[in-house]
Amino acid sequence: MRYALLMHHFEPGEGELSEEIMLEGQKAFDVYGKALHQAGVLVSADVLAPSLATTTVSRPDGELRVQDGPFAESKEALAGVFLIDVPDLDAALSWAEKCPGAQWGSVEIRPVATSFIDGGWTR
Amino acid sequence: MDPLAGAEVAARDSYGRLLALLCAATSDVAAAEDALADAFERAVRTWPDQGVPANPDAWLLAVARNRLRDWWKSAAFRRTVALDPERDAPAYLDALLDELPDRRLELMLVCAHPAIDRAVHTPLMLNTVLGYTAEQIGRAFSLPAATMATRLVRAKKRIKTAGIPFRIPGREVLPERMAAVLEAVYGAYVIDWPGAERVPSESLHLGEVLAQLAPDDPEVRGLAALVLLSQARAGARIDDGRFVPLADQDPARWDRGLIERAHEHLRAAHAQGRVGRFQLEAAIQATHCAGAADPRTLLGLHRALHTLAPSLGGGVALAAVTAEVEGAAAGLEVLDAALPPTGARFQPAHAVRAHLLSLVGRHAEALSEYDSAIALTHDTAERQYLTDVRRSLTTRSPSADDR
Repeated sequence: MRYALLMHHFEPGEGELSEEIMLEGQKAFDVYGKALHQAGVLVSADVLAPSLATTTVSRPDGELRVQDGPFAESKEALAGVFLIDVPDLDAALSWAEKCPGAQWGSVEIRPVATSFIDGGWTR
Repeated sequence: MDPLAGAEVAARDSYGRLLALLCAATSDVAAAEDALADAFERAVRTWPDQGVPANPDAWLLAVARNRLRDWWKSAAFRRTVALDPERDAPAYLDALLDELPDRRLELMLVCAHPAIDRAVHTPLMLNTVLGYTAEQIGRAFSLPAATMATRLVRAKKRIKTAGIPFRIPGREVLPERMAAVLEAVYGAYVIDWPGAERVPSESLHLGEVLAQLAPDDPEVRGLAALVLLSQARAGARIDDGRFVPLADQDPARWDRGLIERAHEHLRAAHAQGRVGRFQLEAAIQATHCAGAADPRTLLGLHRALHTLAPSLGGGVALAAVTAEVEGAAAGLEVLDAALPPTGARFQPAHAVRAHLLSLVGRHAEALSEYDSAIALTHDTAERQYLTDVRRSLTTRSPSADDR
């Protein structure tokens, strides 16, 4: 089963985190990514740019709207997505709890309903 | 146990075992329930004519599995995960149920999984492991049947879509998972069953099932013992519709068979050499059942329990037994430390505080505490008892310190 591990956390202001802390965080993500890869469960891993850089598009009445910022402003922002392929929720839970993002925010475990693989949606 | 009750226990045992086997492979509890319901329906239709099969459970399992397999093959059914050939092989169909694996512990672990809302753990267990209907469970939890049904359906959908596995988890998480299972089983035991004079047999049976599945877990044994010991005294708790407090109960009316079985559990638990909350609670009950309970032994057990697992109920009980050994004033002190006098809606705290206040002669406060205790109880027999005690207090002349 595929699960998306969605990291949510407060976004630090510019210059709020020291170089040291940034390096520490990068190292933690490096270790985590390699562990997922070595276990053969990693589909993809992406850490997102701050929400200040995000743009939201919608066409509610067929008319295109482009919005500056995320579709819902909240204190905690989506900060990264790990896609893993594991047998069940218990396995996903144990990976999620090891995710560095869990230390300074929360990690949402969302099962994947269907994926586009080899030119088609899985059922 | 009378034969009818015995038959019901056997039926509930089969139900849980069959359901656990049917949903273990796919985590699809709802589909397994439907298939099992179909099998029961067919049994009702065909058994009167064709006779009851030699092994009814194996027959039911075979029919239910065929039903599931029809669904799996049907065009409407597609899965992203391949079925496990080990578990889904039709080999089971020919086996006798006794030789079938018992996967009810996995089912109980799923019901009490951290990804499932805590409030649903107990209802889900009563529903899946013992086969109680949403209506029966709703009544126990003072909820409309429709509300309970919605919660159960939602939880089952979550089990399936979130991919909660029917598997005994690894050592690193097993203790906390088992703790949640114990809490859920205990939850069935402490339900405020409306109008029920006795501890419900449902909880008694859940405890026994769990003890059978995990006999080496001392806390599982402790919980089973606790439930049995309370059940053993259930008959003596009510006399002529009136609540009889423990001290006034007639030990001749306690069920010796249940007490003996509880002691077996406690001995097995003790042999593991790992004390825990439920073992201590059971030890306290066992001390009460042993006849003239030594208050000092009880005080020691209550203190150990309150240190290990502080709870509202534990605090109140500790206060009561402290009062017995060290006097009402000392008991009140413990009670005030465990539960601040104001604002608490915990009924036993009011009942005990009322009693202790009357002992130290603070009658006006005692009367008001009795009022709260009477207003908060759901038990008619207990309400009557408390009302009587309160009345006897008002007929006495107010003491000098009561101004």
